[in-house]
Amino acid sequence: MKTGIGVFIAAAFALGSSWCGLVLAPSLQLGSAKLATVLNSTDTYPVQRNGDATLGLQIYRANGCAACHTEQVRQEGVSCEVSLTSLGKNKPEDFKPFAQSLLTLPEWLDHTKELSAAFKDWTGILPQVVLAKTDKESADKMADLLKAAGCKSETRIYAFGSDLSRGWGNRRSVAADFLYDNPVQLGSLRAGPDLANIGVRMADANVQLQHLYAPGAVAKNSVMPAFRYLFEVRKQVDGATSPEALTLPKEFAPAAGYEVVPKAEAKQLVAYLLSLRANVPLYEAPFTPVISAKP
Amino acid sequence: MNLNDNKLSTEAEINASLRVSVLALLGGAAVWLVVGLALGIVASLTFHKPDMFASCSLLTYGRVAPAANDALLYGFCMPAGLGVILWIFARLGQTPLALPIVPVVAANLWHLGVFLGLAGILIGETSGHTWLEFSRAASVLLFAAFLLIAVTAAATFGARRDRELQPAHWFLFAALLWFPWIYSTANLLLATNSPVRGVVQPIIGWWFTNNLIFVWLALVGVGTAFYLLPKISTRPLATTGYALFSFLTLVFFGAWCGIPAGAPVPAWLPTLSGLAGGLLLVPLVAIAIIVIQTVRGAKVAYSGGPFCFTKIGMIFFIISGLMYVSLACPKYSRVLEFTWFSPAQVQLQLLGFFAMIMFGAIYELLPRVMNAPLPFPKFAKLHFFLALAGVALFVIPLAIAGVEQGIKLHDANLAFADVNAAAVLFFRISTTGQLILLLGALLFALNIFVMTIQWKIALLKTALAAIKAPLPVSEVKA
Ligand code: HEC
Repeated sequence: MKTGIGVFIAAAFALGSSWCGLVLAPSLQLGSAKLATVLNSTDTYPVQRNGDATLGLQIYRANGCAACHTEQVRQEGVSCEVSLTSLGKNKPEDFKPFAQSLLTLPEWLDHTKELSAAFKDWTGILPQVVLAKTDKESADKMADLLKAAGCKSETRIYAFGSDLSRGWGNRRSVAADFLYDNPVQLGSLRAGPDLANIGVRMADANVQLQHLYAPGAVAKNSVMPAFRYLFEVRKQVDGATSPEALTLPKEFAPAAGYEVVPKAEAKQLVAYLLSLRANVPLYEAPFTPVISAKP
Repeated sequence: MNLNDNKLSTEAEINASLRVSVLALLGGAAVWLVVGLALGIVASLTFHKPDMFASCSLLTYGRVAPAANDALLYGFCMPAGLGVILWIFARLGQTPLALPIVPVVAANLWHLGVFLGLAGILIGETSGHTWLEFSRAASVLLFAAFLLIAVTAAATFGARRDRELQPAHWFLFAALLWFPWIYSTANLLLATNSPVRGVVQPIIGWWFTNNLIFVWLALVGVGTAFYLLPKISTRPLATTGYALFSFLTLVFFGAWCGIPAGAPVPAWLPTLSGLAGGLLLVPLVAIAIIVIQTVRGAKVAYSGGPFCFTKIGMIFFIISGLMYVSLACPKYSRVLEFTWFSPAQVQLQLLGFFAMIMFGAIYELLPRVMNAPLPFPKFAKLHFFLALAGVALFVIPLAIAGVEQGIKLHDANLAFADVNAAAVLFFRISTTGQLILLLGALLFALNIFVMTIQWKIALLKTALAAIKAPLPVSEVKA
């Protein structure tokens, strides 16, 4: 019996410790989480959703979209990239030998290939990437060198990883992204693409509606189930289509004289999807937003 | 202890005391098993013909899939486990079930709760947290029912005549205490009007899921196996010391697992959780050694009987555990996360490990508790082979599809649609596995139901005889 009590206490301790560690501690650490600040800005993040989008989150929940979709983007790492933006008083012909001269310095040995490739066929077009996929330290060093030589450069921070290459976002998801969600639906299976940034990727509400009514109309051979019950097929009034009606390819269009209009749920759901934009840089997930195309 | 002089009468007494309670728990469990597997098939149909249920909100994938899982876990696994716990506590303690009417009430509350919960999910009334989808009313019913059964089990335990504690006691007792703790925590913090905010929600959700699907099921399943294996093979468990070691390491490391490596939460959480996941290998190896040492060379002639169910259940436990460890290891989880691999692991845990152990225990206890042979012993045998083939055909293709999907998702040059298309073939095979599992479950349910009906008819006959007989009732009974 004595051992029985000992075992009991040990087990209660073991189980209870996980409660302290994985329930209590995170609640204390994160429970009072406040808004994050957008990097290099005074804006706060995230932004509270509007009424329709808040209702739409509940439609998302009720229909179990999270069974097939995640809302969390992963990244493999962060890199820096230095681009030359202005030569100052230098001429392109002068710059080439300068870049060559860097190659002999021991600290740039790791970058020899890149540096020589970058300036091999360079004709003086700016901006030109000088150093890519490098850490912050080397990037700063390079920027200093360029500055000393009288040139101007720009350093860009970017996150990389397969999720990001798929265009699912600019950075990984972080805790701040979910501050206003209730319930938070991270999802655990990617039977469909990640939706953390679907509001950026598929910003057209009409396309979203078409996709929900007939996924095949937007993505060929889609295996996403159609959500036709969120729409109403009704007779056209006086033979005219209402402005709300979906424009659908022939194979998905209703019979002549009928039209497909979204119910309130569908509109709210789309409002929610459009609100999914986790695309601002944050302290814990930095990146430099680019206006021009990526290299 | 003067056990032996009244042992014979006690045996029959124990069985009689368990009869109604165990039937109430197991009968309902059998129904939910069939329902859960059928819903699972409905969910899979989506991947064969995506717009099959486009106009039917009740059967849309996002509702049916969680409903199927919940029906298996809350409908089948848990009440089956509770029924088996009551039986084991009464048997080990050599005492009739204390408060025999309480589990009957509890079983009905439980099954009502599951019904309400499932119906809620299908009409869209869900909490949105994985494995906690049930509506509030349903959760309260489940919680109350569990407490009632735990109280009965504790009372039976307290009244035991054989004071010796067995390894099964530790495992099962821990399970009885742990579920109310995790279930109340998760429900109070996630499913009330003012839940915790932000990512604390998924953190608590992961902790709960891990502790229910991995730890709770492991406690009950392994505890039951540690009772059954020595009993059927009539050899002692090898050894009690190892069992204690495996128990403590299982609760200690197991309880800390569950936070995925890439989760968008403070980094210390997945790090600790991953560490615990790696250490989970310790109890897994210990349990494997115990099982092998205990059953090696045991002569039990009955292929497809309870012994086979229990053994194969333990093999699946080890495999499922190893899959779980690989999901916790950052190197592999990078690839396996978000793929079909982790549903495959969960299904293996539910249907390969836990359900198999329960089938073994139920086929072992039913004839004794009912004091009648199984109506279709051949079906039980067939059920074994169907369950084995079904699990293999269901889980292996899903796991392979998961690995392939994970590798391809990491290659950003492959279009997402192509990644999906590759999984379809595997899906077709896995649906076959589900159909076979359903067939097996029907045979299982048939045995239980025919047995129940036979017993009711017998009761009726006795009652009729009692009414007709000129003798006083008490004499007829005797
Ligand atoms: C059975 C799994 C499944 C369910 C459930 C599901 N989806 Fe999808 N979803 C997919 C698949 C597969 C794709 C990719 C093919 C396509 O674009 O249609 C997809 C694509 C999408 C896209 C386009 C993504 C992109 O990058 O182009 C959106 C938006 C979307 N789903 C929203 C939803 C919403 C909202 C729900 C819930 C109402 C939902 N999905 C439920 C499987 C699913």
